Amino acid sequence: MPQLFPRQANALPTVSLFGALGGGILVVLLAWYYLSPEFYEVGYQPEQPVPYSHALHAGQLGMDCRYCHNHVEQSPHANVPSTQTCMNCHGVVATESAKLLPVRESWATGVPVEWVKVHHLPDYAQFSHAAHVNVGVGCESCHGRIDQMEVVYQAEPLSMGWCLECHRAPEEHLRDPSLVTAMGYLDDMTDADRAANLARIEEEGIKPPQNCSACHY
Amino acid sequence: MATVTSKSAYGRMGGDGAPAYPDGAPKTLEDAPLVRGNLSFHDVTEMVAYHTEKKTPTGWFLAFGAALVGMAIFGVAVAFLVWNGPGVWGLTNPVFWGWAIVNFVWWVGIGHAGTLISAVLFLFRQRWRTSINRAAEAMTLFAVACALVFPTFHVGRVWVIYYTLPIPNQMAMWPQFKSPLLWDVFAVSIYGAVSLLFWYVGLIPDLATLRDRAANAGRTLRAQILGFFSLGWTGSNRHWRHYERAYLLLAGLATPLVLSVHSVVSFDFAISLVPGWHTTIFPPYFVAGAIFSGFAMVVTLLVVARKVFDLENLITLDHLEKMNIIILVTGTVVGFAYITEFFIAWYSGVEFEQYAFLNRAAGPYAWAYWSMMACNLIFPQIFWIKRFRRSIPIMFAISITTNIGMWFERFVITVISLHRDFLPSSWDYYSPTIWDVLLYVGTFGLFFTLFLLFLRFVPMVAIAEVKGVMPQADPHFYAHSGDGHGTIGDGGPTHDLAPYQQDAFAQSASPAAGDPERDGVPNPAPTDRPAGGGTEPASPRH
Repeated sequence: MPQLFPRQANALPTVSLFGALGGGILVVLLAWYYLSPEFYEVGYQPEQPVPYSHALHAGQLGMDCRYCHNHVEQSPHANVPSTQTCMNCHGVVATESAKLLPVRESWATGVPVEWVKVHHLPDYAQFSHAAHVNVGVGCESCHGRIDQMEVVYQAEPLSMGWCLECHRAPEEHLRDPSLVTAMGYLDDMTDADRAANLARIEEEGIKPPQNCSACHY
Repeated sequence: MATVTSKSAYGRMGGDGAPAYPDGAPKTLEDAPLVRGNLSFHDVTEMVAYHTEKKTPTGWFLAFGAALVGMAIFGVAVAFLVWNGPGVWGLTNPVFWGWAIVNFVWWVGIGHAGTLISAVLFLFRQRWRTSINRAAEAMTLFAVACALVFPTFHVGRVWVIYYTLPIPNQMAMWPQFKSPLLWDVFAVSIYGAVSLLFWYVGLIPDLATLRDRAANAGRTLRAQILGFFSLGWTGSNRHWRHYERAYLLLAGLATPLVLSVHSVVSFDFAISLVPGWHTTIFPPYFVAGAIFSGFAMVVTLLVVARKVFDLENLITLDHLEKMNIIILVTGTVVGFAYITEFFIAWYSGVEFEQYAFLNRAAGPYAWAYWSMMACNLIFPQIFWIKRFRRSIPIMFAISITTNIGMWFERFVITVISLHRDFLPSSWDYYSPTIWDVLLYVGTFGLFFTLFLLFLRFVPMVAIAEVKGVMPQADPHFYAHSGDGHGTIGDGGPTHDLAPYQQDAFAQSASPAAGDPERDGVPNPAPTDRPAGGGTEPASPRH
């Protein structure tokens, strides 16, 4: 009887065994990396109808975030400003700018500017801006250095694991609520700040929930 | 060199005038020969391998067609369920564990016999396991596959079923390790994986046999496929040593799983606080019930298979009788457990517990309770009578009623306990919908599709293992005859048997299964036995 398989086939069981094991581990690792919001969501930077620059307004001019996103302390939603808010200044500043043409059109016609939403959460995850801002979670904790962004992009993964990082160690992210819009605060955070946060957490009974129904209800 | 079969060896003895049964006829079932019909090793290979090599019979296509219809029903039931969600089932407050859980536990229970037969009976040196273990293990694998369907789709959002596994994920979320439902995931999937491995390792020598037969017959593609799966098995001494060590280790690994799987399944109920579920008797009682239903399913399948595939000399009435004894014992154990539950409900003095049990026996589902009692406790008692233990129609009927009874047991536990829970305002009568029924019917399609493929393509009896329990495998078989190299010389079997040995000659002299008068019934006395294959003295061939 001739041999059914060539000599190299002796390696086949070993190769397939380790191939299956290694392949399984590889699939898990690839899924872990590529199917994570950290890979496929961070850096999302849609083109906006108006070339509005946060770097200019919030950075160079130093406007407070809450001038435009004015409901952020009362509402779950950080509202996108209406055209009226823009025209408060642009009724007198840069009135001839071509870049502002869509804003003036909106002002004239009453049809709102269709800004493109950057930060999406799933429908089943409830998030309240007010709850976070009022207790001293800075804007930059979730949105990054807006003051340096010409066009806004998503800076953080906004995944559940990422939320929990902060809910499990709030002292690393809290700040004095009066500094909530300050940019660059986190870079300069000191151990003294963390100690102060811990004292505040103790005193005010800040206890970020970690149960399912905190966000999924 | 002469080929010595048990037939020729026995023939020589008869010719020499030596007694057919040197130590007397087998007196008990345990002494009865495990293989009948005076088969040689080659006969065994032929009669098993033939069924994987022959042209596919029409009957197989008909059966497979019927099974595929079942598969189609399965597909429709699953698709409708996934599209619409588990609301299409009859689940409603307060019964949220309906047929799906009943069917899950039922199939997992059936999947118990295979590994019990292959691992536990192996460790206990029950050599009769060899004829039935292959088919029983296959049945186990397919039953576990059917069982897994139910919890998988019961979760509702089947596309996130991987949440049940501890896989690192962006939600930083892990399964609840304190929940018996999670233990279930591990218990059943480990059981399925180890059973598959055990089955496959046991298959390797037989696949190599098929491979060599295919190569000799010039069927190269078939030989290559079988060659791939037989992993280069040559049957060398070294291969056998490694194989037997691996098999023993796997048997040791699988044995605790036999007990753990259904214990863990019972925890799904026992860990909760629902009256009727919250009892410590559940693990042993579930394991006994699982063995009960598993053996019944093996009997159902093998009674048919041994007839259709002409394997009555390998899967003898003695094998079936042994399984029927196990069915009798485990059926009585579960019956005892049912009665113990009642006693404990009374003895505990807990009125909720007492109500739960009275409601079982006399409530709106009393019909289910008494069906269970009849099928599980009462009907198997017929097996106290040897004549019925050895009657094919009766054992077939009992094997079917047993599995009906075990289905009702799970229905009784799951539904009756839930339908009147702590809040009387939500008490309700649970009924399944057509989609519950169709999915259950569909899993039969899945099961029989897989089982028919198994019967067609895989040796359904462990050829190599059966040879190991045949008289010719005894090292002393030729010890006093011939030159010790498998050739026959003079001299009778004069050696003394150690207590653990079966007498090779006594086994080889067994009558064929085709002889209804004699089949497997231990003889009252040696003199009254016709000499089987010994009537014709075979000429010693050299």
